[in-house]
Amino acid sequence: MAIGESLKLYWLYVKLSIRAQLQYRAAFLLAALGQFLITGIEFLGVWALFERFGRLHSWSLPEVAVFYGLVNCTFACADALSRGFDQFGVLYIKTGHFDRLLLRPRSTILQLAGHEFALRRIGRFVQGLIVLVWAASVLNVEWSVARVSLVLFSILGGACLFFGLIVMQATLAFWTTETLEIMNTLTYGGVESAQYPMAIYHVAFRRFFTFVVPLACVSYFPVVGILGIADPLGSPWWFQYLAPAFGILFLSACLVLWQWGIKHYTSTGS
Amino acid sequence: MKRFLPYRAVVSARYRMLLQYRAAAFAGLVTQCFWGAIRLMIVAAFYAASTQTQPMSLPEVVVYIWLGQAFFGMLPWNIDEEFAQKVRDGSVAYDLLRPVDLYAFWYSHALAYRTAPTTLRAIPLGCLAILVLPRLGLAEWALGAPPSWASGVLFGVSLVGAAALSTAITMLTHISLLWTISAAGMDRIMPAVVTVFAGMVIPLPLFPDWMQLCLRLQPFRGLVDVPFRIYSGNIPPDVALLEIISQGVWVGCLVWLGRVLLARGARKLVVQGG
Repeated sequence: MAIGESLKLYWLYVKLSIRAQLQYRAAFLLAALGQFLITGIEFLGVWALFERFGRLHSWSLPEVAVFYGLVNCTFACADALSRGFDQFGVLYIKTGHFDRLLLRPRSTILQLAGHEFALRRIGRFVQGLIVLVWAASVLNVEWSVARVSLVLFSILGGACLFFGLIVMQATLAFWTTETLEIMNTLTYGGVESAQYPMAIYHVAFRRFFTFVVPLACVSYFPVVGILGIADPLGSPWWFQYLAPAFGILFLSACLVLWQWGIKHYTSTGS
Repeated sequence: MKRFLPYRAVVSARYRMLLQYRAAAFAGLVTQCFWGAIRLMIVAAFYAASTQTQPMSLPEVVVYIWLGQAFFGMLPWNIDEEFAQKVRDGSVAYDLLRPVDLYAFWYSHALAYRTAPTTLRAIPLGCLAILVLPRLGLAEWALGAPPSWASGVLFGVSLVGAAALSTAITMLTHISLLWTISAAGMDRIMPAVVTVFAGMVIPLPLFPDWMQLCLRLQPFRGLVDVPFRIYSGNIPPDVALLEIISQGVWVGCLVWLGRVLLARGARKLVVQGG
């Protein structure tokens, strides 16, 4: 099937989903506001710690705010697009609805991605964006074309990475039926840790989030490049500009895993 | 004693039901540990870079973080879905007919809802943080014993106070359903309020000095800040007694408020048919 046709179909899914959510306007606004508040208080904590301690090694509050804002925007995008995979165990495997998806002449990935476009995630996105814009205005960084494209590239790479993690979580459900909460440590835990520069963490933890789950490649390294500072971990500048590509690679690997997982699917038959 | 039998039965039934979900508890344990580790590394990095003395020492913050992970579930951050269901489909009417004190009956329910999953989570996490971490050569990150017997005993008392307080706050959110019917609003706002003001985002003493007075005069700190700082000795035993009394006063006020609101809500309650 042509890519263009898939995209058109996907766009149709998104439009429908948005229209459905806006039917309950008050509920949508409340949900978005809740997201904004719950994720926003995290930054209150970051601010208070800087207020108390002044600096975090060589890092200042606006610098950490770039890490914070970027990963929150990124995760909000991935989270909004991946509801179908996130709820996969509960909504599709347990109920046996996945059988229906398999019968349709379109890829399962397209159908699950189109399950819902979670508009309420805009709450997290907006608070991340506010922090990011504030940091950008305070920091003494020259916003060249290269830097702005690196911001966009790392958001794309990061969204792919988190999307990949959620696809992996859904893949596991082929065997476990239930959605495994443990994967939350990688998604939400990943967001939590990427809000601060990776350089402050224990070396084993850092290696895990670089080589196993390439989270540092979509947050830490590009942000160092955006800030234009010397990396305490010693990465060269060209790597900082290339690193977000690992997020896209990670997603591709997860989708291959997904296709392989489908072969092992047995319906619950209900 | 016979008077308390129905309430005791409610508590024990909820406990037995919630203890069925062992796999979920295990997943929760791993998540909490991971979360605790991230928090520890962040705070430790701040302390390592700073030379000034802070209102809390790093070992005291370590205690605070582990206890926070262990007792996370006890915070009144959500509404019991079962209760919300009751209000929605109108079966709340059955409860109104029961020959028991309605507030006490629901309070027992809420108490079990708050404490049962927490016990399941706190005990293994506590064992891990107290016994396993030192053996892995991570003694400075482990949860140590309280500095004195007095601190330990007072921590126990204030933890009971925290459970009572948490349940009283949960009751207020539950009772608000009698007016709003939908739990959506409360479920969105409460987590933000509770986590900040109880001290789960960062320990309350680490907030700027000018905020300290306000933070002192609100009930949520009795959930986290008070018991955990008593454990670490950051609140010394002689002050701890005073703090526990203030916890008790808050419980009293909130229970009274809950009873008043419930009496009012029950009077004008429109039972949803179905």
